This record gives sequence, C-alpha cells and structure tokens, in this order.
Amino acid sequence: MRELRIHGRGGQGSVTAAELIAVAAFEGGMFAQAFPAFGVERRGAPVQAFVRFDNHKIRLRSQIYEPDYIIVQDSTLIRDVNVFQGLKEGGIAIINTEKALTYPFPKGVKVITIDATSIALRVLGIPITNTTLMGAFAAASGEIKIEALEDAFRRRFKGELAEKNIAAAKEAYRFVKEAS
Amino acid sequence: MLEIMEGSHAVAKSVGLCRPGVIAAYPITPQTHIVEALADMVADCSIDAEYITVESEFSALSACLGASAAGSRVYSATTSQGLALMFEVCFNCAGMRFPVVMSIVNRAMGAPLSIWNDQQDSISLRDSGWLQLYAEDNQEAADLHYIAYRVAEDHRVLLPAFVCFDGFILSHTYEPVDMLTRKQAESYLPPFKPYHRLDAADPISFGLFAAPDYYMEFRYAIDQAMKQARSIIPEAGTEFSEMFGRDYSGLTEAYRIDDADCAIVAMGSICGTVKDAIDEMRNAGKKVGLLKLRAFRPFPEKEVQKALAGVSTVAVLDKNISLGSKGAVALEIRDALYGSQITVLDYIIALGGRDVRKKDIATVVASAEAGVGDLFYGLREEVLK
Repeated sequence: MRELRIHGRGGQGSVTAAELIAVAAFEGGMFAQAFPAFGVERRGAPVQAFVRFDNHKIRLRSQIYEPDYIIVQDSTLIRDVNVFQGLKEGGIAIINTEKALTYPFPKGVKVITIDATSIALRVLGIPITNTTLMGAFAAASGEIKIEALEDAFRRRFKGELAEKNIAAAKEAYRFVKEAS
Repeated sequence: MLEIMEGSHAVAKSVGLCRPGVIAAYPITPQTHIVEALADMVADCSIDAEYITVESEFSALSACLGASAAGSRVYSATTSQGLALMFEVCFNCAGMRFPVVMSIVNRAMGAPLSIWNDQQDSISLRDSGWLQLYAEDNQEAADLHYIAYRVAEDHRVLLPAFVCFDGFILSHTYEPVDMLTRKQAESYLPPFKPYHRLDAADPISFGLFAAPDYYMEFRYAIDQAMKQARSIIPEAGTEFSEMFGRDYSGLTEAYRIDDADCAIVAMGSICGTVKDAIDEMRNAGKKVGLLKLRAFRPFPEKEVQKALAGVSTVAVLDKNISLGSKGAVALEIRDALYGSQITVLDYIIALGGRDVRKKDIATVVASAEAGVGDLFYGLREEVLK
C-alpha cells in the first residue's frame, strides 16, 4: 500500500484533489481510498487530505502518519505545520513555491518544487493550485496516469473549466517530467 | 460493477433504489451530503418520492411517522443532536410498529460540541425499539439499507431500523462500491405492503392510550418482534448474499477467530483497522481474532456465545460510554458470557473522533492479555494525575 498526504489551506481544494486522485487511480485499475482530515474549516486554515493506493481492497481507516508522498499546496505552511512528519525515506514531496526554498529538507526524501500558482494564474486565471499539483503528482509518483486524471476532471468539471484544468495539470506534468 | 464514490452518495443512491415514497430530513453534519443528494434526485425526478422539507429533526421523523401510517415507505437520516431531538418520535415509531428506515451517520454527542465520530448517538437510542445495524465500510453501509427495509417491513417484525455508519470516516470517504441496478434492487426489495394503514374507508387508530392493564403487553409484543428479527435479519441477509454475492448472512461476522486466544469485539468502521492489525499480529505469532457485531439491536446473544466459546480473553472496543457504568457493547458481551470463564475487558476508544491506528489495536490486545482493561484508552496523561 502507498499513501499520500496533501497539505493545504482551507479553500485551496485539497479535499477535491484527494478525491480526484483516488478516482484516477481507481480508473487505472487500483483500489483507492480518499478522505479528509475534517477540522472546523475556515478559509486559509491548514487542512489535510489523504489518499491510499493498493492492489486489493483497503480496510485501514486511520489517518496517514507515514506517507510515501506529500503534496504541499502552499509553502508558507511549512513554517506552521511539520508537513514532512513521517514522510518515508525515499518518499516524494511536491511543494508549490514561487521561490527557491531554503528549509532543511529531511534526508533521503525527493523534493520537487514547482511554481503551481503561476501556472494556475496563467492557465485558469485563479490561484487555485490543486489540479496543477495533481499533474505534478502524476508525473512524480507514477501512481496515476495523466489520461485518467483528464477523465476525472471532465467528470467533475464542466466544459471549458475541465479543459483549462487539464491544460494546467498537463503543463505541471511536463515540467516535472522534464526536470527529472 | 465497482464505481468509486463518496460514502454519502453510495448511501443516497441505495436509498433511492429502495424507492421510498416519502423522505423527510433536516440537514446536519456529517449527514448533509446524503439528504442533499436525495433532494437532487427528487428534484430531477430520478426517484419518485415526496421530499418534505421541515424545520427540525423532530418534525422530520414526525412526518415520516405520519407517512408510514398512511402506508408509504419512508426514509430519514440524521446524527448526534439531531437524533436526540427525535427521541420522543423514535419511541412512537417503534410503539406504533412503523417500519421507518433511518441512516444514522454516527457522531459524538455534545456538550462539548463535536462534529466528529463516535457511536454515542445511536447507542443512546438502544432501548427505543429500533433495529440497529452497523456498517464496516461504504459497501456495507449501502447494502444494509436494502436489508433494513426488508426486515423492518416484514410482517413478522414491523419495527423501525437504524442503519448506522461512522460519520466522516465512512460518509466522507471515496472508495469503490458496487451498486445494485434498479432491476436488482426491485427484485430484492418488493414494494412496501403495510400491515395496517390509515384509510378513511376503513378507519383505525394508532398509538392510543394504554392503561396499566394493557401497556405491558404492547412492550412485550415489541420485544418479541425484536427477538423474531434475530432470525429474519440473517434470512434477509442470506438472500442478499445469494443474489449479489456479498455475505451478510450473520448478525455477526468473525475474522480469524477460530483458534484465537484473544478476541476483539467491535462495531463499525474500526473493524477494518482491526482486521489489518490482526493480520500483523498473526504474522508475529499472536492468536488474535475479531468478532464484528453487524446487529446491535436485536443483540445477537447466541452468535456471540458460539463465536467466543473458545477464547480466553475478550477485548471490547466501545465507541460509547454509559456514563457511570461501562461501554454499552461490553455490558452486552459480559451478559452474554455470564457463567463462562472468559475474561471480558472494556476499552472506551475513539470518542469524539480520536484517531485509531493499528498500533493502538496492538496495545489494546497487549493490555487485555495482561488483564488490564475497563478503561478509557489513550487519555491525555495530565487527566490521570
């Protein structure tokens, strides 16, 4: 079983990201489970969402403490939340940031930084980065196919909105593929 | 065919396929997504039900009671304080023998206010005369609604039923679920045939006055119907299993318990985590098993006695507390095993949404083996000083 933990702020679509990643993984033939860490959500407050991937039915219901992957939607969270907590050695961290990060990252962890905010602003016209980061996750983890993600977007969003989100995800996908 | 969807939507779709004539509910976290989805289905005519909007849970269940009396299949859903507001109507539904089916999206009771999961809400309606079924995962949560209607409406039972599943942990989780088709649902669950109903051409009354010379006989009749349900639930569950391949033939479900020294007893979504923990403990040579209770009312006394006959220790996980006594499940298990040499220890756990990990289950088992139990598991240390 592999596990993903998404860190974001209320309003950034972390729960939606977890759901759509699970949908894409399921369509790719895997069992998947997505769920939020529900707090009393306020816009801007730190939130978490979780995804599990496995080849058979998933029974475990606890939150995710030792993820294989983390997605950080907002690098300013790193000051307030230990987003790397429990991240496995050899694990992958995907961090949205506009500038180079100077934090001491944990050893043995692959850190991928991407300016998802700029991509989202340019392609979508709004600074909502969840779909862009999902493209980066597809490229970095291999858990989901970008085509499956496109299908998941088309089922969740209508018409032009789906296509714009697909374009943003694809740009991030290419960025990560080329950088690695 | 498996599809991936949110637990609330799986339940709402199943309820739609049960074809209720009347739905009345008041939105409350974490039940809201279910009633929103059903309201959508009514609005777009994908189900032929009347959705009665009400100003409170008291009115929601009262509307269901009236519609059931008029001969309609009815549905409601609630949780926590919403269920508390229905308290009076719950007893009336059971007393008048109306087979209302209601989803309980289990949540802690205030105060202090908590929107998170435990099972105190439905457990607190233990004595109300409603059947209580508990689901481990979203598949079971969806499927138990068909079974609940079958049993509740059976003329040998005629009692209302709760289908209980854990708030957020199941209701807000996306996972694969195999939905019945419309045709399958119709073949399993025929239209509701009321035993009695309000009819101006043939007037009768429900829920009238019972003086001391008759009241006890009404209570006896409800208790007899509950006991009857002990065989009707497995009957309906077995037929479901035969038609659709998912096994709900038991009031309980045993997992790796045959040669176990220590058995865990639990209800609801925690059973999934327990099963994974048991696999790890088994790999380490520990003889541990699980007895999952699918039915809490009626209580499956004989099945519990049979399943636990070979174990020396039972660790009960209670997501509730009968304050001043013990967890409600442990009390039942001790009663069922009275006179045996089996040690039954109670662990009050996961109240108000506190997370439970596999290692917590291993700690509970180690405590039980050491004879340490009847405690709140995982309390903050400062309260124990």
